[in-house]
Amino acid sequence: MGPVDQLPALGARTLPVRGGDEIAIFHTANGDVYALVNKCPHKAGPLSQGIVHDTTVTCPLHNWRISLVTGKALGADEGCVPVIPVKIDGGRILIGRAEALASVG
Amino acid sequence: MTEKPHLIVIGNGMAGCRAVEEILARDAGKFRIAIFGAEPRVNYNRIMLSPLLAGEKSFDDIVINDQAWYDDNGIALVSGDPVVAIDRKIQTVTARSGRVESYDKLILATGSDPFIIPVPGHDLQGVVTFRDMDDVGSMLRAADAGGDAVVIGGGLLGLEAAHGLSLRGLKVTVLHIMPTLMERQLDEAAGWLLKEALEGRGQTILTGADTAEIYGQGKVEGVRLKDGRDIPASLVVMAVGIRPNVKLARAADLAIGRGIHVDDHLVTSDANILAVGECVEHNGSVYGLVAPLWDMCRSLADGLVATPNGYTGSVTSTKLKVSGIDVFSAGDFSGGEGCEDIVMRDASRGVYKRVIVKDDRVIGAVLYGDTGDGNWYFDLLKRQEDVSDIRDALIFGQAFASGGGASANPNAAVAAMADDAEICGCNGVSKGKVVAAITGGAVTLDAVRAGCKASASCGSCTGLVESLLAVTLGDEFAGTRDVPTVCKCTSFTHEDVRRNIVEKGLKAIPQVMQELHWTTPDGCASCRPALNYYLLCAWPGEFVDDNQSRFVNERMHANIQKDGTYSVVPRMWGGVTNPKELRAIADVAEKFGARMVKVTGGQRLDIFGIKKEDLPAVWADLNAAGMVSGHAYAKALRTVKTCVGSEWCRFGTQDSTGLGIKTEQMTWGSFMPHKFKIAVSGCPRNCAEATIKDFGVICVDSGYELSVGGNGGIKLRGTDFLCKVATEQEALDYCAAFIQLYREEARYLDRTAPWVERVGMDYIKARIVEDDVGREALRSRFLFSQSFMQDDPWAKRAAGEDEKLHQHMAEIRPLVMA
Ligand SMILES: Cc1cc2nc3c(=O)[nH]c(=O)nc-3n(C[C@H](O)[C@H](O)[C@H](O)COP(=O)(O)OP(=O)(O)OC[C@H]3O[C@@H](n4cnc5c(N)ncnc54)[C@H](O)[C@@H]3O)c2cc1C
Ligand code: SF4
Ligand code: FES
Repeated sequence: MGPVDQLPALGARTLPVRGGDEIAIFHTANGDVYALVNKCPHKAGPLSQGIVHDTTVTCPLHNWRISLVTGKALGADEGCVPVIPVKIDGGRILIGRAEALASVG
Repeated sequence: MTEKPHLIVIGNGMAGCRAVEEILARDAGKFRIAIFGAEPRVNYNRIMLSPLLAGEKSFDDIVINDQAWYDDNGIALVSGDPVVAIDRKIQTVTARSGRVESYDKLILATGSDPFIIPVPGHDLQGVVTFRDMDDVGSMLRAADAGGDAVVIGGGLLGLEAAHGLSLRGLKVTVLHIMPTLMERQLDEAAGWLLKEALEGRGQTILTGADTAEIYGQGKVEGVRLKDGRDIPASLVVMAVGIRPNVKLARAADLAIGRGIHVDDHLVTSDANILAVGECVEHNGSVYGLVAPLWDMCRSLADGLVATPNGYTGSVTSTKLKVSGIDVFSAGDFSGGEGCEDIVMRDASRGVYKRVIVKDDRVIGAVLYGDTGDGNWYFDLLKRQEDVSDIRDALIFGQAFASGGGASANPNAAVAAMADDAEICGCNGVSKGKVVAAITGGAVTLDAVRAGCKASASCGSCTGLVESLLAVTLGDEFAGTRDVPTVCKCTSFTHEDVRRNIVEKGLKAIPQVMQELHWTTPDGCASCRPALNYYLLCAWPGEFVDDNQSRFVNERMHANIQKDGTYSVVPRMWGGVTNPKELRAIADVAEKFGARMVKVTGGQRLDIFGIKKEDLPAVWADLNAAGMVSGHAYAKALRTVKTCVGSEWCRFGTQDSTGLGIKTEQMTWGSFMPHKFKIAVSGCPRNCAEATIKDFGVICVDSGYELSVGGNGGIKLRGTDFLCKVATEQEALDYCAAFIQLYREEARYLDRTAPWVERVGMDYIKARIVEDDVGREALRSRFLFSQSFMQDDPWAKRAAGEDEKLHQHMAEIRPLVMA
């Protein structure tokens, strides 16, 4: 997708998927990168705009906490958002194409 | 007599020579051996180059095998003559000098090449890497010439180079692209502590620093960053990473991934060629540290000589070799599902420890300041030992955890403490004194604090004092405090945190977390925004703002709506607008396809349905028409609502519109614990609804009636009367003082209404109305803070600041089948 340094630390950016669900790609404090479909399992809030802490993102709309690793809602909430596999190779971000396109009809 | 098989090793480094040592140890007579080395010297300990640069060792100290070792073992050393080709068909190697040797078995141990970022100027004289003796030589010559040095890369190697160079008297600046140092090995908290320590030693550390170019006439003169900063330097060390050196292997057509592919016995795709060290890839992993090479060398020798014992990969640990700074890291500390963090921060000793446990096994550890137990954690990690029995004491280290000090019940542990054991370090209060205070009648935490001072300063012993209360009072103990802590990451209350930030002069979030013993590495979505605000309020102009600790609205300077689009509210001072502004708003709405324009409850126009990508352009257009951000998204002053007052209204007694505009001009841009609304009505008919605002003004014939703490939200609350003043200026002064009191004392996310109810109107009147000096001090602190806060965030973004935040990173498209 591009070099890791294009992601704000403790932040996220978005990747639109033509004909499918937008993807949010996150950067944690220690430099790890994760990607989820950019849709909170609660009411489809844009997870990319949440606060990232540890390996969790807190949804900006109603504060559900979603695991970046499993896509599952944490705590009392239930729900799950698809996880897109990510790999870093030589400082560049690679992303699982098939999973990213899974929502394309 | 048949001649022994000939073994040739390419690479006279750490792995090549160690492999030979392992082979010799198993069967000294099996091979005739020759080692080719590109460097013109015997085998030395590469990891000791850092102490060598720092002047702590000499070359003789770091030689591993001297010439006698080669001679005694009948090894032919061909140094200073790199191999340039391998012919696998006829099994020969050719060196640069033209020398050709044939082999029966060949070992590639060519190590890595330092990575060089291809920025303009990377090939200027004075740009060096940090890999071998020659590099150290160049650095020492530069140090003798004096001047400034820039080290690009804030990882292990870069920091060791920086340390060495600054000990040699150079002024060193480290440029690191990531926000914290050594982010591969350390978490944010430890990385921050490291940065503080290095800066304390006089190095300049710039994080988030992206190099644009290295400039100079033939020779390095400085480095320019992408953000325009310019750092003069006569020496630039690139330490941004390494890449397996696979040139020879590639030319010889061996299988290669990131490194040379090897099996569990380090055999490459050619059965007669082995490879070992940093140049190989085993099972998808490449290693950049020595310990795994040792494991590999053993398996290689086993396979070649004796019983095959396959290599199965290695777990690694790291230490930074900078004298006086202890850093250790091992395993996985990125957290994730099922991982538990055990964090201990000891601010007075400058210690941070974090152990990551999953399924009762240690999977990672990060230690800063006290690394004594590093090996113990690493051992637990490698052996995958069940730690459930010692879990509670794990973080205190080996001596404590295995000494039986572990106890699941903190109260029991406190009960077992000696009477003279210190409970409160700040005030030197022993357990005995605390117990005496409790039996003397101090049955609540606050009473203990008042009575014997324990936990009254930094508060980190609050938990211990509560345990003592529980132990001493038994069933009579009323339970732990009902004052809420900031969040689950800490035992401190909002008030504790605010007091400490001021008293200890804390100016950045990681510093607060360290000093106040936060129990998570980087906080959570509750405490981070609160801490960011408390720092802003305590140290306007000085604190380190953390954009990622702000809610999305403040980060994007617009209101997020349920469909993920944004709405934008330009400021309309006092609710007044004009045709030019209206035209600009209409144009923006049309140009960017807004789906609705609506008058807000606070008399402003809200433009709905704007896409995140379009925000900067929207702001630029609104700015061009003279409008600035309305902060309708922020925990900040929102609007000042007004009626038309004496200028138009037949009942109006004063110029309520004018006063509203003045008030808004004084208060806009000020961040608060929560949103803050003001209104000014021109007479008691109160058309601006001033009595349900955080600060309300009702104009009357004889002056201005001020009231506070109103709220039209979920819980409707009318204001409480504060006082009456005679002049506009006084109304403004009291408003500023009230806002500052609220800013300084309320808990984050408290509106004024609950805060006023908690502290009581008597208290507020005492501070604002009765105390002239205090009011004036509050007012001037407010205005001081405003001198930093009143700049339009839209203008900066429209001008390109944080541009990336608004753009997609890339687009993904389905592959089109041809
Ligand atoms: C300054 C510094 C500090 C370090 N600190 C640590 C530390 O604290 N802890 C740790 O675990 N690791 C540390 N490392 C890493 C460690 O040194 C390496 O992991 C280790 O040296 C790798 O061993 P190797 O034999 O694979 O490669 P090297 O030791 O680099 O040996 C490779 C050798 O092959 C030679 N060569 C390459 N191509 C050819 C050719 N065509 N013909 C002949 N010879 C050739 C090279 O000149 C070199 O001498 C440090 C490294 C550096 C540079
Ligand atoms: S509050 Fe009084 S002055 Fe203001 S518009 Fe209403 S009636 Fe007129
Ligand atoms: S949409 Fe994410 S929490 Fe409601």
